[in-house]
Amino acid sequence: MAVSSESQVDGGDGASGEVAAKTWRDTLGRIKRDTTARWGLYVISVVLVVGLYAFVDTYLSTLTFGALDSYTMAEAIPIFDHPEHLPAPGESQPNQPPAFHVDGTLEYPLGTDPEGRDYFTRLVYGSQISVSVGIVATLLGTVAGTVVGAVSGYYGGRIDDILMRSVETLYAIPGLILIIVFTEFASGGQRNIQYAIIGVSLTTIPIFARIIRSRVLSVREMDYIEAARAAGVKDRYIIAKHIIPNSFAPVLVYATLEIGVVILIVAGLSFLGYGAQPPTPDWGRMLAQSYRYMHSNIWLSIWPGLAIMFTIMGFNLFGDGLQDALDPRIDN
Amino acid sequence: MRDKPLLRVENLKTQFVTENGTVRAVDGISFEVYEGEIVGIVGESGAGKSVASMSLLRLVDNPGEIVAGEITYKGRTIFAAEETEDGDRRLQDGVLSAETVRQEIRGNEIAVIFQDPMESLNPVFTIGGQLREFIELNRDLTGDEARKEAIDMLREVGIPDAEARYDEYPHQFSGGMRQRVLIAMALACQPSLIIADEPTTALDVTVEGQILDLVDELQRKYGTSFIWVTHDMGVVAEICDRVNVMYLGEIVEQAPVDELFYETGHPYTKALLDSMPRPDRTVTDLDPIRGVMPEAIDPPPGCRFHPRCPDAREVCRQVHPEPAEIDRVDGFSHRSACFKRDVFDVGYDESPPLDNLARGESERGQEASEVASGGGASE
Repeated sequence: MAVSSESQVDGGDGASGEVAAKTWRDTLGRIKRDTTARWGLYVISVVLVVGLYAFVDTYLSTLTFGALDSYTMAEAIPIFDHPEHLPAPGESQPNQPPAFHVDGTLEYPLGTDPEGRDYFTRLVYGSQISVSVGIVATLLGTVAGTVVGAVSGYYGGRIDDILMRSVETLYAIPGLILIIVFTEFASGGQRNIQYAIIGVSLTTIPIFARIIRSRVLSVREMDYIEAARAAGVKDRYIIAKHIIPNSFAPVLVYATLEIGVVILIVAGLSFLGYGAQPPTPDWGRMLAQSYRYMHSNIWLSIWPGLAIMFTIMGFNLFGDGLQDALDPRIDN
Repeated sequence: MRDKPLLRVENLKTQFVTENGTVRAVDGISFEVYEGEIVGIVGESGAGKSVASMSLLRLVDNPGEIVAGEITYKGRTIFAAEETEDGDRRLQDGVLSAETVRQEIRGNEIAVIFQDPMESLNPVFTIGGQLREFIELNRDLTGDEARKEAIDMLREVGIPDAEARYDEYPHQFSGGMRQRVLIAMALACQPSLIIADEPTTALDVTVEGQILDLVDELQRKYGTSFIWVTHDMGVVAEICDRVNVMYLGEIVEQAPVDELFYETGHPYTKALLDSMPRPDRTVTDLDPIRGVMPEAIDPPPGCRFHPRCPDAREVCRQVHPEPAEIDRVDGFSHRSACFKRDVFDVGYDESPPLDNLARGESERGQEASEVASGGGASE
């Protein structure tokens, strides 16, 4: 039976179901065999572990230092970064170069910032904003976009027209401007990171909606949809159980790639002052603070830049690998 | 005639409004289904068989619409509408609401088995999961009970090692096995009527035979009625009790199965029977129906079969025949819509024969005559 089932899958003409028919185990197996995807996965894992460490450590220190427990997650700061934990005079040199430099010390592997704080620590704690915002904003955009696109494609007609025209209107507004205006108005000038997240996810909705809609248009013609309707299943249920799972593969790939893009956007927002607010460490904000020192200490700009590049590369590699793994035409 | 029919369809009309005009896919068909019988709907591709069967569940997609007729099931009116004088139509009172049809009729009372078993199961979920879910949705069973019922159903339709195969995906099943799963799904809610839309067309003959045997067995066991949509006269002979022959949206002949084969009442039915491949005849012996079915958007005037009918006469082009009873067997009527029958009094015998495709007219002449008769056959 196993043999015949294999041949049926191979002999297929790439009909929509077959992408989805692969079980998770198949997909994971393909990712493991794919060098690109594997490296992407390694990079993402490193970034996630670092981010998770920073988050847990922040949370624990918030518990330990009662004075800090008023900080919400997004505004939480590691003890190293708290004003009370600024290095005492003489404890460390401000603007110290990295350890491999003649003037560097192993105590501060990536050197110190102009306030004398350890740059490596700040880089580690900066990861949690970039990564969590990247993932959360993409997730929100994916969910909203998927629902809009699936409903639009399934019903067609007027509903399709209304939803898709709205989404296209959203698409027509330049992303960065939309995010900045939204954050500024929604937060009443506070520029909270939560509003930036929603703003970013808004800009991703149109792409996801359009991707999934184009798939739904073919999936809704499948016999199993007709069969479900003939069995008296509710439309809502058909969309959730039959339409979306069978249309989701390209969205998954695109979402993985989009996380990288969103991280870059959030870094840009922080750079412009609309993302993470002081004193929260964030890669984009660290870049913004360090560009004034570019002539005196170039390392302050290089490390967060590298961190952003490294993370985005990880998500892109993984996304590419995932695309190959989910593609029925590529069979290794 | 026996007691009240399970399903009665009267003058059902389903149309598709397109940019090029109105396609009358189903144009005034009437038939009944009694409890425990298998009723066949036979015809060429495009005759309107599938649209007719989906109309029974009010499952016609845009731009299609049921415009007239009455569908009564177990005394409940699934659909009833009349065309008013000014061309409008209105639903009659007492028709079940769309929501009621969805909840109470579809799946629970009338189930459907589709043509292509390869496409009729959701590829991303396991066979068992889909079957169990379907049972949970329509019956008051949950969790383990539903699972047990699903496995029982799989065993019932002859899937070996049902327990192990419960967790497999559709692509791990062969075509015949998938069709068995679909039959299990249709039976799962113990409906009184199952619409089988060419369920064996995509299967090879040996599997087809097994499936037909299975249906026969299950039908005897559960007493379920079937509407069996097919284009295969062999299948009809095998399992149907009564048959409706459809041509271009109309039922041209309606008869108990033996009567249909031995006392064929319509030239189209006869032509269908003659064009059936049989092991005792070679291809050259076959007598296919000449030409193709005209499109339902612009049907020929008079009898819709006249451009291809060997017995066509002038009158067939001028007058449209409605099916009339030509015989009665075991309380069931045998209806035919052909002027050759004596029950029609339109002067068929005096009418001059028509030159058409079936009379060996040349291909060139055929096109000319078809253009003349307005039946633009597209090849």
